[in-house]
Amino acid sequence: MHRNRRAATLTATVLVGALFAAGCSSSHGGKKSEEGGATVSAGKATTPRMTVAMITHASPGDTFWDLIRKGAQAAAAKDNIKLVYSSDPNAGNQANLVQNAIDQKVDGIALTAAKPQAMKDAVAKATAAGIPVVGFNSGVGDWKKLGMLEYFGQDENIAGQAFGQRLNQLGAKHALCVIQEQGQVALEARCAGLKKGFSGTTDTIYVNGTDMPSVKATITAKLKQDSSIDQVVTLGAPIALTAVQSVGDAGSKAKVATFDLNKDLVKAVQNGFVEFAVDQQPYLQGYLAVDALWLYKYNGNVSGGSTAPVLTGPAFIDKSNVDKVAEFAAKGTR
Amino acid sequence: MSMAQHAEPAVTTPPASGPKQTDGRTAQRPLALRLLARPEVGVFLGAAAVLVFFLVVAPSVRQGSSMATILYQSSTIGIMALPVALLMIGGEFDLSSGVAVISSALTASMLSYQLTMNVWVGVFVALLVSLAIGFFNGWVVVKTGLPSFLVTLGTFLILQGANLAVTKWVTGNVATDDISDMDGFSQAKKVFASSFDVGGVQVKITVVWWLVFAALATWVLLRTKYGNWIFAVGGNKDSARAVGVPVTFTKISLFMLVGFGAWFIGMHNLFSFNTVQSGEGVGQELIYISAAVIGGCLLTGGSGSAIGPVFGAFMFGMVQQGIVYAGWNPDWFKAFLGVMLLGAVLINLWVQRTATRR
Repeated sequence: MHRNRRAATLTATVLVGALFAAGCSSSHGGKKSEEGGATVSAGKATTPRMTVAMITHASPGDTFWDLIRKGAQAAAAKDNIKLVYSSDPNAGNQANLVQNAIDQKVDGIALTAAKPQAMKDAVAKATAAGIPVVGFNSGVGDWKKLGMLEYFGQDENIAGQAFGQRLNQLGAKHALCVIQEQGQVALEARCAGLKKGFSGTTDTIYVNGTDMPSVKATITAKLKQDSSIDQVVTLGAPIALTAVQSVGDAGSKAKVATFDLNKDLVKAVQNGFVEFAVDQQPYLQGYLAVDALWLYKYNGNVSGGSTAPVLTGPAFIDKSNVDKVAEFAAKGTR
Repeated sequence: MSMAQHAEPAVTTPPASGPKQTDGRTAQRPLALRLLARPEVGVFLGAAAVLVFFLVVAPSVRQGSSMATILYQSSTIGIMALPVALLMIGGEFDLSSGVAVISSALTASMLSYQLTMNVWVGVFVALLVSLAIGFFNGWVVVKTGLPSFLVTLGTFLILQGANLAVTKWVTGNVATDDISDMDGFSQAKKVFASSFDVGGVQVKITVVWWLVFAALATWVLLRTKYGNWIFAVGGNKDSARAVGVPVTFTKISLFMLVGFGAWFIGMHNLFSFNTVQSGEGVGQELIYISAAVIGGCLLTGGSGSAIGPVFGAFMFGMVQQGIVYAGWNPDWFKAFLGVMLLGAVLINLWVQRTATRR
């Protein structure tokens, strides 16, 4: 018995090895296509090592936040910075993470303020402790009031309006704005901006962004219930890709356009499944926020002079310019 | 034959390590074993181990200010874990406790703002609302005999939806308006969300409340008739009723106690952050329940303590912040928490078996 089993194991191992050797590897996609220049590097600073805490309101497992983190890591590697990343979607917990960073006596904090009021005391404490705080991604209306040094991101309401105006040009009449996280201020601001800039009717629905099958079913149901909807607007790339399937399932003629980007979405734009995407360039936000803290410490620079935010979007990605982006998206950095 | 040999290791409990000595020679069981039989000892050892672990791997944990941060995080979990634990000892549990915190905070905030009243009015109306939610849960559970899992799952969904819908309807936004410039705010902030100085370290008042509530709960559980009723209804409802324990009153009041906890933490959220986000609170209920379970409360009711959940909540706070102090990738946080939860439950099981064997 034992010998037989060992022989079987051996045969299997040899077989698998042989398959690899015989070149049964995929000629497309996979990890290999991602490798090669996946890390952007712009030389390396010789300044003493400093520590930066990046604290976001990300819920775990979203492609968007992955890009922010990659950008931040690239800047940290370049600037000889130790990056301490943490996140919590619960506002109180996020504020507590700021306190955590203060306790660690970091040299700078990069912070998203999706719930600005909750961050007020924490930011004041950090500033009082002599730690510079820069804002990024969320809180464009409040970063100055909170006492942050500078801000990198897009104005969600303005981006929403620009989105609506683009839909006017494309001739849409009835838009469905899909919010994937109940109660998230930035997402609500996008839909509100859309309503402002769009001359047709705008409806809003809520879906549970952490449960894709239910996202798909909810959008399908809505499209079936109201056949006059000719435009689905999603607020995140993974949701857009699901919405494309919903449109197919519902037999609807609605088009799909979205906020934010990932590499699968780039393909969908190339193939024409998604009309366009409004990119706020998360990689850039993460990169700039960390780099800004280095510049401030070693050269006293302040982007926007502490009075104006530095906008990283909205950048429209459609068929006309998607190929340029695709090259970087394939590496997973855009 | 070979089957039996394979199965055996799974059946035998792990290291029954103590020497087999007594067998009637001593009348009393050794002190160590009697201590081990207490439900909170396992979690105390676990919490101590986690603390020592992080003191070693994360140097910044060793400062007083870091410990204050950890205690603060633990207290916001711990204040809710206490009534949740009492309810579990009483044989029920509450899935709506996480969103109920936000419901309470929303009520207080919107009421004071929209009617331009002293915030204390909002605070007291919110207390009534929270107690009413607790009463509703308890009353439906007792009157229908449905499992509390189902009833409170329903309440959870109702509150989650109502939080968002009512907030948007009243304020036009998903968050409430800032009430920090209104009458009574600074007073209420002193009660629910201030901090004080201990040797140069800022300690949050919730830490004090947490310990006060824990002491109170321990006294109620061990020294009062009501405490006995809690154990009795959790152990066996029918025999409790037969010996004259007011089962209905006990269960409903326990649910209302959870309502009280939700109100307290809700007020803390409101007065430390000035506004409330309607979408929050989801998932917190599982953290409270986990803290109680790690703290030695049985899911089947009838057993547990009030001090156990204090250590359970401390373990949560310690891990949550410790991972960040240690500079680890926080992507692993939930996984670490899961391992800890399973580990705590297994240790509890082992300790209980070892302690009660002879």
